[in-house]
Amino acid sequence: MSAHDHSSLAAARPDFAAIAAWIPQGASVLDLGCGDGSLLRYLNDTRKVRGYGVEIDDLNIVACIQNGVNVIQGDLESGLSGFESDAFDFVILSQTLQATRHTEALVQEMLRVGREGIVSFPNFGYWRNRLNVLRGNMPVSRDLPYQWYDTPNVHLCTLHDFEDFCAEYRVHILERRVMTGDSEVHLLPNLLGGMAVYRFQRAA
Amino acid sequence: MPNSPHSVGAVSAQRAQFDTPLLFKSGAELPRYELVYETYGTLNRDKSNAILVCHALSGHHHVAGYYADDPSNVGWWDTMIGPGKPIDTNKFFVIGVNNLGGCHGSTGPSSTNPETGKPYGASFPVVTVEDWVESQAHLADLLGIRQFAAVMGGSLGGMQAMQWSLSHPGRVRHVLAIATAPRLTAENIAFNDVARNAILTDPDFHGGNFYGHGVVPTRGLRLARMLGHITYLSDDAMADKFGRGLRSGKYGYSYDIEFEIESYLRHQGDKFAAYFDANTYLLMTKALDYFDPAHEHGDDLNKAFAAARANFLVLSFTTDWRFSPERSRAIVKALLHNRLNVSYGEITSTHGHDSFLMQHTHYHEVMHAYLDRIAREFSA
Repeated sequence: MSAHDHSSLAAARPDFAAIAAWIPQGASVLDLGCGDGSLLRYLNDTRKVRGYGVEIDDLNIVACIQNGVNVIQGDLESGLSGFESDAFDFVILSQTLQATRHTEALVQEMLRVGREGIVSFPNFGYWRNRLNVLRGNMPVSRDLPYQWYDTPNVHLCTLHDFEDFCAEYRVHILERRVMTGDSEVHLLPNLLGGMAVYRFQRAA
Repeated sequence: MPNSPHSVGAVSAQRAQFDTPLLFKSGAELPRYELVYETYGTLNRDKSNAILVCHALSGHHHVAGYYADDPSNVGWWDTMIGPGKPIDTNKFFVIGVNNLGGCHGSTGPSSTNPETGKPYGASFPVVTVEDWVESQAHLADLLGIRQFAAVMGGSLGGMQAMQWSLSHPGRVRHVLAIATAPRLTAENIAFNDVARNAILTDPDFHGGNFYGHGVVPTRGLRLARMLGHITYLSDDAMADKFGRGLRSGKYGYSYDIEFEIESYLRHQGDKFAAYFDANTYLLMTKALDYFDPAHEHGDDLNKAFAAARANFLVLSFTTDWRFSPERSRAIVKALLHNRLNVSYGEITSTHGHDSFLMQHTHYHEVMHAYLDRIAREFSA
């Protein structure tokens, strides 16, 4: 993959660059709901990670193999029993948290299998989303590209919601980055941020 | 299809003779032996594009293409191998070999023992998966192949592929283990035992030396195959294909063949018993039962795979209850433990264990994608 491809990939998925920035060279990584393996390929190429993806969809399995990344076919909803405890430096859930049914159990599993967890998700508290709801419609945008009737997103949340969740379930947040498009948001993140990326570990 | 541009075309078997004794895991020794094999495609200059296809219980070296004098005799994995197929013979040099102890030309129980001038029969050593891998390694030496791009197989063939990564870690870059298991379960051994008993108790078996009596334990072989065949299909596939269909459309209130499934199984049994050797059947099922790489490592599969260096593709089929997806996931877990590259696909298929032999769009796409990736490594 050329440098140009990398920059276009990072631009298409701004959370990729944010995630990669937290991952040291040669780390071991498990990417849950890895899709076509783009993030893992990006991490392979830029961080030389020892990476594996978990994916349920048949077409994505083929795409991952074509992308040259390791992929394990399986359903996240049935847990991570195929993975040993503390097997990975990082377990990533990129743009998938909001589509998981048993979110609480999955986050706990992430921290059993990995030393640290990383999640990225669209911020439902983003002002455009709020405005949509205020106007009487569910939001449809680049970060939330689905109609209400075909969305896989069953657990949308705001930054506040996720942070409350972490406090309740003994998840210790290490770092947070909030973005709108590819620019970082520092002011009023729960209102002005379109997307958030968190790095966390088990609370002591 | 013999005339398809995607067929490897007319093929012929070759024969390799080995005069260095082979020491079996059991302690037995075979002073000399022959292996028959076929090859498809061209070995490249640095001999880095070779693939070994290992066969399952009833398989053999005729993996792809057809015989000029018998065009209907198409290789057992012809759907997978050929120009433009998942195992593309424009890129790869593919080897199919009849395993030692087989009945398709390689030295086996029905071969003549040069020391006695009679068939080996019951005196042929019990062969293990490890022994097969050793004999295959000697064939690779003969062909000048130091390292295979891939060793692959389904079922018992998958066990050989895995064993390659343990016996000769430096000689295989990729292992494709399909519809297989790290060892058989008690239930699985039980099926094999019933099949063996059908043969062993056939009066025509004569303790394995039936050749001299001019008979074949056909009844035993037929029963063994019928039982095996049931376990290779799925309930759904059988319901789909036969249901409760009756040959004459009504009950005959007798013990004749009435249901379509009965007719099918007997046909399969008869066909098999007509060409397969009873001693080979016993030996192949025993090799399945004995395979257990974890056994020598305190029953710890993680430790067993510590020797492996290969990259793995592990595939299972959803309706395969003889070698269930759960068994494949156990393999994957041990590979992950050892930080090996592994991809795992669970193919949705209605055809049970036999799925690995079938044409299936997604299965073939996965294989194609993975083999393309292997090909990129040596063409780059």
